[in-house]
Amino acid sequence: MKIVILGAGQVGSSVAESLVSEQNDITVVDVEPGRLRALQDRLDLRTVIGSASHPSVLIEAGIEDADLLIAVTQSDETNLVACKLAARMFNVPRRIARIRANAFLDNKMVLGADGFEVDLSICPEQVLTDYIVKLVEFPEALQVLDFAGGKVSLVAVRAYQGGPMVGRPVKEIRAHMPSVDTRIVAIFRRDGVVLPGGDTLIEDGDEVFCLAAADDIRQVMKELRRMDQPVKRVMIAGGGNIGQRLALALEAEYSVRVIEHSKRRCEVLAARLDRALVLNGDATDEELLEQENIADMDLFVAVTNDDENNIMSSLLARRMGARRVVALINRRSYVDLLQSGQIDIAISPAQATIGKLLAHVRRGDVVAVHSLRRGAAEALEAVVHGDRDSCRLTGRRVDEIELPAGATIGALVRGDKVLMAHHDTRIEAEDHVIVFVTDKKTLPRVEKLFQVGARFL
Amino acid sequence: MRIPAVLHVLSLVLALFAASMVVPLGVALAYGDGGQSAYASSMGTALLASAALWAATRRAGRELQVRDGFLLVALVWTVLPAFATLPLLLQLPELSFTDAYFEAVSGLTASGATVLSGLDHLPPSLNIWRGFMIWLGGMGVIVLAVAILPLLGVGGSQLFKAETPTPMKDTKLTPRIAETAKGLWLVYFGLTLACALAYRWAGMNWLDAAMHAFTTLGLGGFSTHDASYAYWDSPHIEAVAMVFMTLAAINFATHFLAWHRRSPRPYRVDPEVRAFLAVLGASVLGIAGYLWWAGVYPDYGTALRYAAFNVVSVATTTGYANTDYNLWPIFAPLWMLFLCSFASCSGSTGSGMKMIRALILFKQIFRELLRIIHPRVYNPVKLADQPIENNVVFAVLAYVFVYVSCIILCTLLLTVSGADVITAFSAAVASMNNTGPGLAQVGPASTYAVLNDFQVWVCSFAMLLGRLELFTLLVVLTPAFWRK
Repeated sequence: MKIVILGAGQVGSSVAESLVSEQNDITVVDVEPGRLRALQDRLDLRTVIGSASHPSVLIEAGIEDADLLIAVTQSDETNLVACKLAARMFNVPRRIARIRANAFLDNKMVLGADGFEVDLSICPEQVLTDYIVKLVEFPEALQVLDFAGGKVSLVAVRAYQGGPMVGRPVKEIRAHMPSVDTRIVAIFRRDGVVLPGGDTLIEDGDEVFCLAAADDIRQVMKELRRMDQPVKRVMIAGGGNIGQRLALALEAEYSVRVIEHSKRRCEVLAARLDRALVLNGDATDEELLEQENIADMDLFVAVTNDDENNIMSSLLARRMGARRVVALINRRSYVDLLQSGQIDIAISPAQATIGKLLAHVRRGDVVAVHSLRRGAAEALEAVVHGDRDSCRLTGRRVDEIELPAGATIGALVRGDKVLMAHHDTRIEAEDHVIVFVTDKKTLPRVEKLFQVGARFL
Repeated sequence: MRIPAVLHVLSLVLALFAASMVVPLGVALAYGDGGQSAYASSMGTALLASAALWAATRRAGRELQVRDGFLLVALVWTVLPAFATLPLLLQLPELSFTDAYFEAVSGLTASGATVLSGLDHLPPSLNIWRGFMIWLGGMGVIVLAVAILPLLGVGGSQLFKAETPTPMKDTKLTPRIAETAKGLWLVYFGLTLACALAYRWAGMNWLDAAMHAFTTLGLGGFSTHDASYAYWDSPHIEAVAMVFMTLAAINFATHFLAWHRRSPRPYRVDPEVRAFLAVLGASVLGIAGYLWWAGVYPDYGTALRYAAFNVVSVATTTGYANTDYNLWPIFAPLWMLFLCSFASCSGSTGSGMKMIRALILFKQIFRELLRIIHPRVYNPVKLADQPIENNVVFAVLAYVFVYVSCIILCTLLLTVSGADVITAFSAAVASMNNTGPGLAQVGPASTYAVLNDFQVWVCSFAMLLGRLELFTLLVVLTPAFWRK
């Protein structure tokens, strides 16, 4: 597939990186030669220097026979114009744009066929905000992901001594919770992955991935660890784009404090926020944290745009008594460094955000893709089409399907019903199937299963 | 400073004011009450003065600067009352100039304090003239002039600001200031008409209905009867009065917006309206309960009727009464005086320091308290989700300080010249807030005629200060203003 990516910032680079590994022809456009050079040194792709909304630059990038345009520059306006041009002048079939301003999203005309003709708009800041809001709602979880429009959730929990299921084999979970249908799809233990069979014991410290109907998540987590007090007080370090969205999303229900070092940014925040407290200062300032009772915070979230700052402030908050700390960390090497350290959850923005975008690039009718464990594993939601002859899934029982090693079918959503996949569950056309893949290399083979054969067409 | 230019515009405003005497003149002719010659000669004098001033300054440019605007406003509000005294002096020979000027200032500042008694026996045209002054003053003679005299177009915006110096609020509802002024005036006119019709329906005669519609919308408080609203003793009339007093105490820009968009949303979003209605409602219910509990009225219903009318009347700075609330336990009238100092909204015909300033002040208090707990917090004062700049907050603080100082100073001046404390204090508060009646000797059942000349002048000045929101007048009195 020929893909043109506009913008080589954080999002652009990570999209390029994850697509390059899937054998596509990729061209990246940016005004900054430095960024492009760094990208070209690392990955096998073409780069074009120039303004992303200029037709001449787009032509140079080969937009005329591109299959997909991904406009992820810093500027909403540039992205919109590029999509419009791509649609009208160059007939690019699919166009994805990063749009941050809600003003554009509020009116359907703007993105529609009469407007700028954007097929899919993504807002990385919003995705990250949703991610963190979930962590506030479910303080015991490491990550909560929604599938099928929120009907099914995948939750990652660290098992701790004290949970009724810890030290017990997986198959007992049914007996523990007769009314709840859940499925443990994977267990990560000491950096390795364990594919859970019925007799696999859940150990203290395991990272357990469970699928369950959204309403049942809390009960499932209860089996794996003692429940924490619900979150009441949240401190957010960094009042940038993410910090602001987060504070807006949380301020109605939680007591929120935002620390922001720029005075001018504080003014903006204070104007937008209603109940959250805006504090002017440095998140690594011990005195300020002390003053604001960091020890009473249930959650400390570091979301400045500086990795080092996020790490240091979270470590500091942790040491000063914050119950749980979450840090946004861009650099993968840092994430690995901190894996088992003091920071409870390290979020990699690139991994968290590109899932939605990647879903559009996949073969088959893929609805959602989520990166887990910093890209080591993926959970994928796809729709089954075709009949028994044209599709290798339709009409078959789960145990009849030849899945690559490390892939598990976790759940099905049929209409409004959520079914946990057991070995005898039969898949039907138009089911949404949620597949858990622990080895990314096998992804193409999984996707292929969802493709409809030639006869069907 | 271009004094000739200011005087030139003043001459035009004066001419307009003179022309407005057509109204009482017409009434005098219609009722044949013998006042025709008084109005005709007053009008002639005013027109003559205006023409002379116009001729003397006709070479001056018409463009006004902000500073000129302040001077013009100050002049308009001091000169017009002088001419407004003429019909009074001519028809009531025993009235001194001091008292006549007080009566005119009280009218044009929409206060409603009077030195006259025997109102029932005054010629109808004179009562209409008193009411009409309130009506003119209520919306601001200048706003009227801006709407009608496009001559003021250039300096209009500055004038508008000088006339209604509220802390925030983008009063520019339409791109052009003259259009805005016209829109506001139209709302004012429409409400007055509705009010007059409602009064007639509720049982007043046409003359009373017109006069009281003028004073209700202007939030003045002059009445054609010594007994004020107790003369009718009609719950219907009182209800009409209450509704229109409340409407008049709401920002006319909000009315205009609501009417323009045909939706009640502007009222809901306006933080002043919400606070005003809440404070008013709570006070009415509370005072009624208090009066009932104190045994002033035998049942809660009666207490509610009297409490509602008098509380609304005083809180909106109108000054009607349907009973002598001076006889109530002192807490109730004091609370009412307290209300009148801040309850009415900015941009209304009410006076006092305005609800918007009270809200900012109130929020500033909480802001300071929060700062003590969280020294690094950044929490601007916000109104309707809009942060308010610090310099505006400081201006409000300064305003409130000056306001309180003025009240104290007036009280002291009145006591040093012989008034008792309650009379002095209530007269100072009522004058500063353009409410009208005070308590004790100047209570609703009596008049300001009991004060001596010096005290009357103090009250006149206080009314002007209050109406022009202190700074507009005070700035003209500073030496820096006159320095080149």
